[in-house]
Amino acid sequence: MTIRKNVLAGMALIATAALSLTACSANAPAAGESDAGGITVYNAQHESLTQEWVDAFTAETGIKVTVRNGSDTEMSNQIIQEGKASPADVFLTENSPAMTQVENAGLFSDIDKATIDQVPAEFRPSTNKWTGIAARSTVFVYDPKKISADQLPKSMLDLAKPEWKGKWAASPTGADFQAIVAALLELKGEEATTQWLAGMKENFTAYKGNSTAMKAVNAGEIDAALIYHYYYYGDQAKTGENSKNVTSYYFKNQDPGAFVSVSGGGVLASSKHSEQAQEFLKFVTGKKGQEILKDGTSFEYAVGSEVASNEKLVPLNELQAPTVDPAKLDSAKVTDLMTKAGLL
Amino acid sequence: MAGGGTKPRPPLGVSTLVILATLIALFSLVPLGYVIYMTVATGWDTVVELIVRPRVGELLLNTILLVLVTLPLCLVLGVGGAWLVERTNLQGHRWWALALAAPLAIPAFVNSYAWASTIPSLAGLSAGTLIATLSYFPLVYIPVAATLGRLDPAIEQSAASLGLGPWAVFFRVVLPQLRIAMAGGSLLVALHLLSEYGAFAMIRFDTFTTAIMIQFQSTFNGAAGNMLASVLVLLCMLLLLAEAKTRGNARYSRVGVGAQRLATRLRLGRHEIAAQLALLALFVLSLGVPLYSVVRWLVAGGAAIWDPTEFFPALAQTMGYGLTGALITCVVAFPMAFLAVRHPNWFSKLLELSNYITSSMPGIVVGLAFVTVAIRLVPGIYQSAYVLLAAYVLLFLPRALVNLRAGLSQAPRELEEAARSLGRSPALAFFRVTLRLSAPAAAGGVALVFLAIVNELTATLLLAPNGTRTLATAFWAKSSEIDYAGAAPYALLMILISLPMTYLLFQQSKKAAGQ
Repeated sequence: MTIRKNVLAGMALIATAALSLTACSANAPAAGESDAGGITVYNAQHESLTQEWVDAFTAETGIKVTVRNGSDTEMSNQIIQEGKASPADVFLTENSPAMTQVENAGLFSDIDKATIDQVPAEFRPSTNKWTGIAARSTVFVYDPKKISADQLPKSMLDLAKPEWKGKWAASPTGADFQAIVAALLELKGEEATTQWLAGMKENFTAYKGNSTAMKAVNAGEIDAALIYHYYYYGDQAKTGENSKNVTSYYFKNQDPGAFVSVSGGGVLASSKHSEQAQEFLKFVTGKKGQEILKDGTSFEYAVGSEVASNEKLVPLNELQAPTVDPAKLDSAKVTDLMTKAGLL
Repeated sequence: MAGGGTKPRPPLGVSTLVILATLIALFSLVPLGYVIYMTVATGWDTVVELIVRPRVGELLLNTILLVLVTLPLCLVLGVGGAWLVERTNLQGHRWWALALAAPLAIPAFVNSYAWASTIPSLAGLSAGTLIATLSYFPLVYIPVAATLGRLDPAIEQSAASLGLGPWAVFFRVVLPQLRIAMAGGSLLVALHLLSEYGAFAMIRFDTFTTAIMIQFQSTFNGAAGNMLASVLVLLCMLLLLAEAKTRGNARYSRVGVGAQRLATRLRLGRHEIAAQLALLALFVLSLGVPLYSVVRWLVAGGAAIWDPTEFFPALAQTMGYGLTGALITCVVAFPMAFLAVRHPNWFSKLLELSNYITSSMPGIVVGLAFVTVAIRLVPGIYQSAYVLLAAYVLLFLPRALVNLRAGLSQAPRELEEAARSLGRSPALAFFRVTLRLSAPAAAGGVALVFLAIVNELTATLLLAPNGTRTLATAFWAKSSEIDYAGAAPYALLMILISLPMTYLLFQQSKKAAGQ
């Protein structure tokens, strides 16, 4: 008996020591016991941009922010799985379909009036369950040595035609690309989308991430890539080493390929710190938050507080984007269609 | 009981151990149960629709080709390398013996990053094979070298005296005796191939695991991802079966008393230069390229990439999780190892098998299972360090188990009984004799689990508490944004903390082979 007790005691001792070791070294609070007053942001926006927002917000308000990073639909579905038990207070995305998904699950609370007043109606849903925080435009980057100006596609739909086989790249696993498909679905319907995806599967080369796709064009691995605009401008602003051989082309003309995607932010109804969470969104869409978009390194379009976008960008109102209600973009349907097309 | 001199009572509360081991085994079946549950819940028609489609065919072909091409390459490199350093008069064979084990300290996704940033066009099956072979051949090399060093040379000498040439001796006498080491090493390589995510994602090579991760990032918990996972689990089980078949039941150890002679080393003669060049090439490819690449990015990034507020917490968390996880895993493995060694029967075999099945599942599947189960059943500890540690324990239990078993079987129960008959209390006898004798093996187990946790990416990405940054996830976040310079310090730190553990493991495997 004594042996057994001793061994068990010994094992318990080691286990306890081990657990307490984690407690101090891992130094991360468990779910539900986040620091008093601090908020948790589920972030699908670019880590560096959100970090700039968080740092400026904490400096101004003293409110601590914990960030959990992931991708748009990964986090939206996670929030839905977590339901009322979700540790998230704020959800930020790169694109709007994931916001709509959480909204449809009834998990967002209303956005404060002060925040709504800062963002023009075209950049937020009429329901005011979430708000736009930034915007991004679709762009076709290409290698002008391989594609001359008169060979450029008139519409994004042309990329499914046989003459584009083996010539272009995209990052189908990213929320960015899936938002473009969602816009196509909303503008042209399910049949046309299914056909286009089938043509895409035949023609395109998959890369992981928009910047990797652009890098491939720059390196001469592929002729062109369908991505969002700011990867190009971001690289140009740094060293240009991933974009110096690349030219950008906007489809314009209300084409699905001229789609402008709204990045969203929302406050979870289950949040135990909703006041601070609302304050965070107000800050992000406010003058200081939007000036981070204008002056910072993200090169996304500013949408709120009448702050102009970065002057290096082609102005939003020259892009001739198609009119799409962000609330109608359906991410579940899109991943379903893309899975069926063999892209996911 | 007091007078039980001839028939000593069991040294430990066996019933307690059985209960503990059974509980652990049941717990370890949670992920498998989850996959089966999801498959059943999805409904047969949907399952067929999701599994029988061209994309799954593509992934199956990619994954199977990868295993079929990489495994023989790893065997050739592992066995060839081991034979050169253990059985020939190769110049500097002591140094080479270590150099061939060292690539184990470089995580596969760091290797992939190094190669992809050196040759950006690397992609697809050939690139996947290249990186997997260079990352995983030490898993064959280490056990084979350990076994080769301990083989009884008498059999080879008899064969030679009967007229067999050196090649015939190698293929007909030596190779068959390496079967267990080769089968075990191959199984580890194959399981790594099935479950690797980061290394293949970086070079655009789609396998089941990368596709599951992609599905997961698109839908978090979609049926499609789970169906892919169920196919993957089947593949893993096939591998386990194949290994059991190859291993066979033959006995290879020396029977009877007498000292074993040291093997004579074959004279390489004019082949020396070719052998040196081959090893040098392997060394440059497996260690030179990744180290050169990491250093190049460190230089390019300059002082700016060394942000102590970022890498110190990442280093501390990685060490914390690595050490804690490795210790807990060894403690948890103990009841099972003890039962398997001291009370081997069908039940202890069954318990052991259940752990192997779970650990053969990739981190992504175990992670998904834990997320779902934790949210639904124990929301209080969801996204806490406990859930992540529990996943580490399940994923890496057999690594500790194998080592502990070896250690315990080297500590015969007679010694413990002798200590008791000399007046030690049973507890003291156990701690002083058995536990102490098995301690080095346990250290090997801790080293192996520690290495695995430091290099773990997918389960950590899914389960880590909010705000957690390990070296692996920090590296992954940076390299995903093609910030290769920013990722370099994390790569360096991962390699640096893995090196001593790899060395410990290498030493330990040599000792364990001598049992």
